Amino acid sequence: MIVAIASGKGGTGKTTIAVNLALCLPRPVQLLDCDVEEPNCAIFLKPNLVSREDVGIPVPRVDETLCTACGECGKFCRYHAIVSLKTTPLVFPELCHGCGGCALVCPEGAIREESRPIGIIGEGTAGGIDFLQGQLNVGEAMPVPLTRALKKKIRRDGMAILDCPPGTSCPVITAMRGSDFVILVTEPTPFGLNDLRLAVETVRAVGLPFGVVINRADAGDDSVRRFCGEKDIPILLELPDDRRIAEAYSRGQPAVEALPGMRVLFEGLGARIVIEAQSHRTVSNPAGSRLDA
Amino acid sequence: MKIAITAGGPTLDSPVDQRFGRAARFILFDTATRGHTTMDNVQALDSAQGAGIQAAEAVARAGAECIITGHCGPKAFRVLSAAGIRVCTGAGGSVKEAIAAFESGKLTQTQSADVEGHW
Repeated sequence: MIVAIASGKGGTGKTTIAVNLALCLPRPVQLLDCDVEEPNCAIFLKPNLVSREDVGIPVPRVDETLCTACGECGKFCRYHAIVSLKTTPLVFPELCHGCGGCALVCPEGAIREESRPIGIIGEGTAGGIDFLQGQLNVGEAMPVPLTRALKKKIRRDGMAILDCPPGTSCPVITAMRGSDFVILVTEPTPFGLNDLRLAVETVRAVGLPFGVVINRADAGDDSVRRFCGEKDIPILLELPDDRRIAEAYSRGQPAVEALPGMRVLFEGLGARIVIEAQSHRTVSNPAGSRLDA
Repeated sequence: MKIAITAGGPTLDSPVDQRFGRAARFILFDTATRGHTTMDNVQALDSAQGAGIQAAEAVARAGAECIITGHCGPKAFRVLSAAGIRVCTGAGGSVKEAIAAFESGKLTQTQSADVEGHW
């Protein structure tokens, strides 16, 4: 089963939930850090990374001896990554999305694709968890191809927890698509609620069942709880605003290791997810979601 | 020859638009006939990235041999150079004044982009 941990607002506690949940689930369990622009699960899990894979996207390389400057490649490209004027084509690799279209439309077969590195995938183990993370190279604008490559490593023999980036944009949708269940982590504040509404809209558009975890639940107001009640969204767990959790966090220590009494909360969360995923009560249109997985 | 000048308005009295890729429009001036036409830079409105590339393609297709503007970024510069189009930056005032400056040799051709790209 694949469980994506997302949020609207950043800093609500996705990584906290992802890491501690993974530590409390029965094995085998995978944790994939899909926040490839700034992966941080490793700070808490300190994985023993045993392999490292370079990931690239295909960018065009034009054979100037075959090119007739017909301009078809430039006409096709939506991103202006390949430009053909009266001359042989100019390639702007940083704009290329790797669709391969230019190579397909070239009537002379003059375009080859070669790989431009964008990041790395690290793989290893941590506390009995099969750990994977994507790390986008600094300066790269497109995390999506790396996230896709990372998700190919998901195994279906146990639980896979995906720590997603914050927000609701392309990298988040790429990370959560195809999951069996999404946990939206929020905080009980006006900012938390505002961004939770956006996240709920997004998850509904992708067509996935979901539930909410309220972090630091006793620290704010009641509006998130009331919102979930009104929308019939299950609240799967409420974590207290306990200074000891923050202290452990600041030491890079998972909460369930600093406070073993918390294990039972995360074991309960794991069980609750399985039940809620089967009930599908939050999926408004499971047969025809607007964004296909 | 045809010169493309980035312009904030449709006439020769309009100010020179200081940006190339995201200029509002181009005025195409023919130095032989002294006539001019305008070309809106609509493609830039829809581009999150690559506006300079599109603008360069547009002026190349319009047959310009030289562009006059305030600033030109790296992607636009690369396309213009590949197309053999001269680039003059640092122009100010009105389009008419910029043309006069160019024709009297006060505006010189640049050999590189003079600003960074935007993301």
